[in-house]
Amino acid sequence: MSHLPYILCLILFLIGLYAVLVKKNLIKIIIGLGIIDYSLNLFLVLIGYKKQSIFPILSKDTQIQPMVDPLPQALVLTAIVIGLAVTMLMVAIAIRLYEKYETFDITQIRKLKG
Amino acid sequence: MKEKNNNSGMTLIVKTITRLTVGLIMLYGLYITFHGHLTPGGGFAGGVILALSFIHLILVFGKDFVIKKFSEKIAGVFESIGAVLFLTIAVSGFLVGYFFINIYGKGIPFNLFSAGIILPCNLSIMLIVGFGLFCAFLTLLLFISSKE
Amino acid sequence: MNNIIPLFVIIPLAGAFLNSLLGRFSKLFSDILSNIVCILTTFFSFVILFNLNLSPNNILTYRVGGWVAPIGIMLVVDHLSVLMLLTVNLVALCCCIYSISYMEKYTDKWKYYALFMIMLAGMNGVIITSDIFNMYVFLEIAAIASYALVAFGDESEKLEASFKYLVLGSVASAIILLSIALIYSYVSSLNLADISLTLSNMVDVNKVYFIKFISLLLIVGFGVKSALVPFHSWLPDAHQSAPAPISAMSSGVLIKTLGIYAMVRILFNIFGVGQKILSIIVILGLLSMFVGVILALYQWDYKRLLAYHSISQFGYIILGIGLATPLGILGGLFHLINHSVFKSLLFLTSGATESTLGTRDLRRMGELNKKMPLTTFSALIGSMSISGIPPFNGFWSKLIIIVACIQAKQYFAGFIATIVSFLTLSSFTKVLKYGFYGKSEVNYENIKEVPGAMVVPMIILSLCCIFMGLLLLPHIRQYFLDNVVNVLQQGTIYATKVFELR
Repeated sequence: MSHLPYILCLILFLIGLYAVLVKKNLIKIIIGLGIIDYSLNLFLVLIGYKKQSIFPILSKDTQIQPMVDPLPQALVLTAIVIGLAVTMLMVAIAIRLYEKYETFDITQIRKLKG
Repeated sequence: MKEKNNNSGMTLIVKTITRLTVGLIMLYGLYITFHGHLTPGGGFAGGVILALSFIHLILVFGKDFVIKKFSEKIAGVFESIGAVLFLTIAVSGFLVGYFFINIYGKGIPFNLFSAGIILPCNLSIMLIVGFGLFCAFLTLLLFISSKE
Repeated sequence: MNNIIPLFVIIPLAGAFLNSLLGRFSKLFSDILSNIVCILTTFFSFVILFNLNLSPNNILTYRVGGWVAPIGIMLVVDHLSVLMLLTVNLVALCCCIYSISYMEKYTDKWKYYALFMIMLAGMNGVIITSDIFNMYVFLEIAAIASYALVAFGDESEKLEASFKYLVLGSVASAIILLSIALIYSYVSSLNLADISLTLSNMVDVNKVYFIKFISLLLIVGFGVKSALVPFHSWLPDAHQSAPAPISAMSSGVLIKTLGIYAMVRILFNIFGVGQKILSIIVILGLLSMFVGVILALYQWDYKRLLAYHSISQFGYIILGIGLATPLGILGGLFHLINHSVFKSLLFLTSGATESTLGTRDLRRMGELNKKMPLTTFSALIGSMSISGIPPFNGFWSKLIIIVACIQAKQYFAGFIATIVSFLTLSSFTKVLKYGFYGKSEVNYENIKEVPGAMVVPMIILSLCCIFMGLLLLPHIRQYFLDNVVNVLQQGTIYATKVFELR
């Protein structure tokens, strides 16, 4: 039962993967990739958890207590920005694709074959 | 919304309130960046809030009004200045000892001007992220409007 | 001498930022700045090669920010890194000189150069770093720059190919991030040497299953980035539609650095592979070789044919490394640098013919040996190298791989490798006959040789093809290639060496 958050993260990853593999609309594929990014960031933050610890911020009037691991939180900050850059690039390419092909349906954007 | 035409923006009430509060949003973004070594936040979060304040202006006043004062080219130049500033801070450590070393001295903890090079790095990241997001938003907006 | 290691990342990044600040005002400035950056990085990689043999343990290390190893990031250069650095920077220099005149027809040349410098900085960063999350960040930097460069220019084919490449690349990066999260949760350290030492000292019942699961995830993630066969479907579209110097960089060095170098470094030096993982790698290599060349036999588009041949030559490299004997690893790594040189040369010739004739279809090209002699000469040398004709460099590396297969008693693999070599030769005979030497169906007027800035890199790469077989002479080999093979043979001793010098 203590592994339940990790299993829920895996289910979220599978939902995002389903959206990328099955859906035919370009925008739904972009949303699916976003869900995959969110699930991995959540998994990375949950790894640093320790029982009975508080948030890892030291200000002037707190005592030193057991704290949660802050290193995965720094990794997640970088991963969120990388996901942002990829999403921006995908949306720009999707807008240009709509201008050229007049549709968002990927079964009709198939000039390159063979 | 009384007028459907996108070019002249929203109604008078919204425009008046925006004139009063958009400066406060910008100030909030700067506050989060400057205290990045004391409270959670730092360059990325502050930069996103700064970009949001510019986008707020476009939503309320219309695209033509804002682009006249603050075009895509100016935003691009600011973003590049932020990037060059970040690399200068890193290389100045390289000349003294190792790459990225702290050269400013650590100071008294929990003060505003302490903790070495974290504060200038946060400032340059805020410039890059804030103006970069705004420049990308303007580019996407100009794609759509040039099509119709 | 250790202080020049971070310059491989600083100088291209400085070039990119200065280009985006000042390059929009003058075109000449961005040309000159980018070429100076590439010349400087090539020069420094030669300097490091000459200094590496004089240093203890044959390793150079550098602490970023002065922080000691498990707390800070370390940059480590050993012989395998220096091999990749030389290849990447030399091919980048040739492609940068080539783009001075190829990219004249696009406006906004400064954007192209800025993205190119960022891609170069990302690739150099993957090679020199020794920290697993730092490797992921540089990998993403190089990959995002290449997604944008494939879509440079505005035709509909480029956008479709770039979107396909984006989606597959993002899923692969997500799988790599998942495996990094699992490694951190098990070992609670991010430094490569520290992970290796902790894993070997750990006594846990589940350790073997854990290492196998992570290795499979990493093979899938890096396999998509390096276009091994079940995961190859983005490669032909992306390399067909990209501008020619970007196709040359991407097929020549990007997929090798992001895919094969990262996979080999983590699997051989950190985890220590077992026999089952090696046999999976050998099977993937055989499948890539065969499927790549069969699909290439019926293409009529010059760049798409070259892209399918890239998949098949990758099978050779993976097969050589997967055999894990000294001769096999030597063959695999030597074929890696040979393939960078001749595949980039072939893509640059395809760009030259496309910019003068305006078409990529082989049936509409022809009679180029009189009107464009230097381009035809370069294409002839590239085709002979890839088919494995002596004395060019492709022959030596393919011979070593086939002999290593038979020495390791994998007779089926050697048989498939020989057949694939014959089929490659027949495919390139078709290219030379229809594309360069035969009669053309369409009459073109006013065809002359391409400008000088496009000819010089092709001549440089052709000379490398002719003379690179000399690296196998015994006197030269003990300085360079033997040490590279030792790095992979000794496996996890990498971690002990790095920890001594931290």
